[in-house]
Amino acid sequence: MSGLTAAGARSRRWGAWYVAEHKIRQMRGYLGTVVATAIGTPVLYLFAFGVGLATLINGNVGPVPGISYLEFVAPALLASAAVLVAMEEYTFGILLGLKWNATFVGMNASPISPRQIVNGLMIFVGLRMVVTTVIYFVVMVIFGAVHSPLAAMTIPAGMLAGFAFAPVAAYAATITEDRGQFAILQRVVILPLTLFSGTVFPLTQLPIFLQWIGWLSPLWHASELGRQFAYGPTEPIWLTVTHVAYLLALGILGWQLCVRNVARRLNK
Amino acid sequence: MSEPSARLDNVPAPVISATALTKTYKDMNAVDGISFEVAPGESFGLLGPNGAGKSTTMRMVGAVSTRTSGDLTILGMDPNAHGPEIRAQLGVVPQQDNLDTELRVRDNLIVYGRYFGLPRAEVAKRADELLEFAQLADRSKAKIDDLSGGMKRRLTIARALINEPRILLLDEPTTGLDPQARHILWDRLFRLKELGTTLVLTTHYMDEAEQLCDRLVVVDKGRIMAEGAPAALIREHSSREVLEVRFGSDRNAGAAAALAGIGDRLEVLPDRILVYSSNGEEALVEVTRRGLAPITSLVRRSSLEDVFLRLTGRTLIE
Repeated sequence: MSGLTAAGARSRRWGAWYVAEHKIRQMRGYLGTVVATAIGTPVLYLFAFGVGLATLINGNVGPVPGISYLEFVAPALLASAAVLVAMEEYTFGILLGLKWNATFVGMNASPISPRQIVNGLMIFVGLRMVVTTVIYFVVMVIFGAVHSPLAAMTIPAGMLAGFAFAPVAAYAATITEDRGQFAILQRVVILPLTLFSGTVFPLTQLPIFLQWIGWLSPLWHASELGRQFAYGPTEPIWLTVTHVAYLLALGILGWQLCVRNVARRLNK
Repeated sequence: MSEPSARLDNVPAPVISATALTKTYKDMNAVDGISFEVAPGESFGLLGPNGAGKSTTMRMVGAVSTRTSGDLTILGMDPNAHGPEIRAQLGVVPQQDNLDTELRVRDNLIVYGRYFGLPRAEVAKRADELLEFAQLADRSKAKIDDLSGGMKRRLTIARALINEPRILLLDEPTTGLDPQARHILWDRLFRLKELGTTLVLTTHYMDEAEQLCDRLVVVDKGRIMAEGAPAALIREHSSREVLEVRFGSDRNAGAAAALAGIGDRLEVLPDRILVYSSNGEEALVEVTRRGLAPITSLVRRSSLEDVFLRLTGRTLIE
């Protein structure tokens, strides 16, 4: 009997990594697009905001004395890029696997558990975010938006921002009929969050009755977090700790809910 | 050509044991207390119409769907506690192909093999062997969407064999395939059977059940109606031969009354009347002697379709 029960042992331990490996193989098909986006996005955004828009801003001075507008805006743009990558996988990645190209169903028929499927997706999102944010950071250095080695901490801060959108994945796992929910989500939730999150101007510029959007937004927390390392501190330490805690809490909550929802969906 | 090897060593008998197995969705019993056992190396079928609960049963046996009640052991293990360990030793061919359309043919086998914790070199070796077995070696770099239905099915079967499973579960393996593709598939499955692989399959095609199953259960509305070898079921529940006569839809019912007493039993269908008799030709002689003139007549041997009709009063494919 021991021979029989030992059969799934490797899969029990490494299953999530096998799922991530599968996702990487899938990505080979559109690797060119991924790389082009990862390099093109920072070049375009940093040029548009840091060079173009900055000329309109009084002497390219950021809201913090001695810090250029480019330095102010770069950590937030990097975080937005990570969020974009995460959102893509948390929406289409989930619905692809459950419905359009039902690979999750196939995985689940093997020793892989629903939890491992979701964990594998999370690992893959993490890897994609690493690639995206590291490239972003390199472009920031080239554009002269970085003046301290500590600014490299904008990379994990940006990744935390992406992870904090995991509740979107949990929601995606409940969708059975595609009626354009992702487009609505993008316009009604993500876009306003991006605009009112102190990304391209400080949150304090907004009237107080709009500032709450920023306080809820993972993007605001991640942008401010990155800025503390890039040129800070500009805020009390408790607030910095709050950023990390808030982003982690959202991410872990969404991740666990996603595991639950995917498991329910697959156990018909 | 290399063949997928059978694994009969160290397999507990029976390999599948279900007792009063039940699956209830909100307001309906999809599977309503069915019991069966499958022996190692056996080819076992669940025959029944769409919606009989066959696929639900297969998902429970496949350790992906939790049973509502009853007992179930696969290879001596309870799927509630040992899902991954059981699934590590199953090959699953689902009703709908779920090949990864973003990967090429051979890569589909590779990623799937990895799920079982197999080393990359081993997976690559088996993938090539299985592509041979599935007669897809020349398609290894093809896109999934460019394969025909029969090829996709064979690739799905090849994928299910990548872990050298002790039990192969096939849910409606040939539904939607043209006759030629079905025969190629049956040939491959028959070869696996000869190699000693335990096959469990669902079907609503009686010819498929007769071709592939050593033993089967007839399932309807989540319950088992009969169990046995195909030939024994036919012997037990039907006559040796069947005379099929057609009188045209408006005359059918009237003709049925005039046919009373011929053969052992009559079955009146909307388009034809079935006369169950040990000798179909004699029955036909009697029909003409009574002055009835059917538009067409046909004498054939009884099939599982007749067994199903007898047991449920309905045809398999409606």
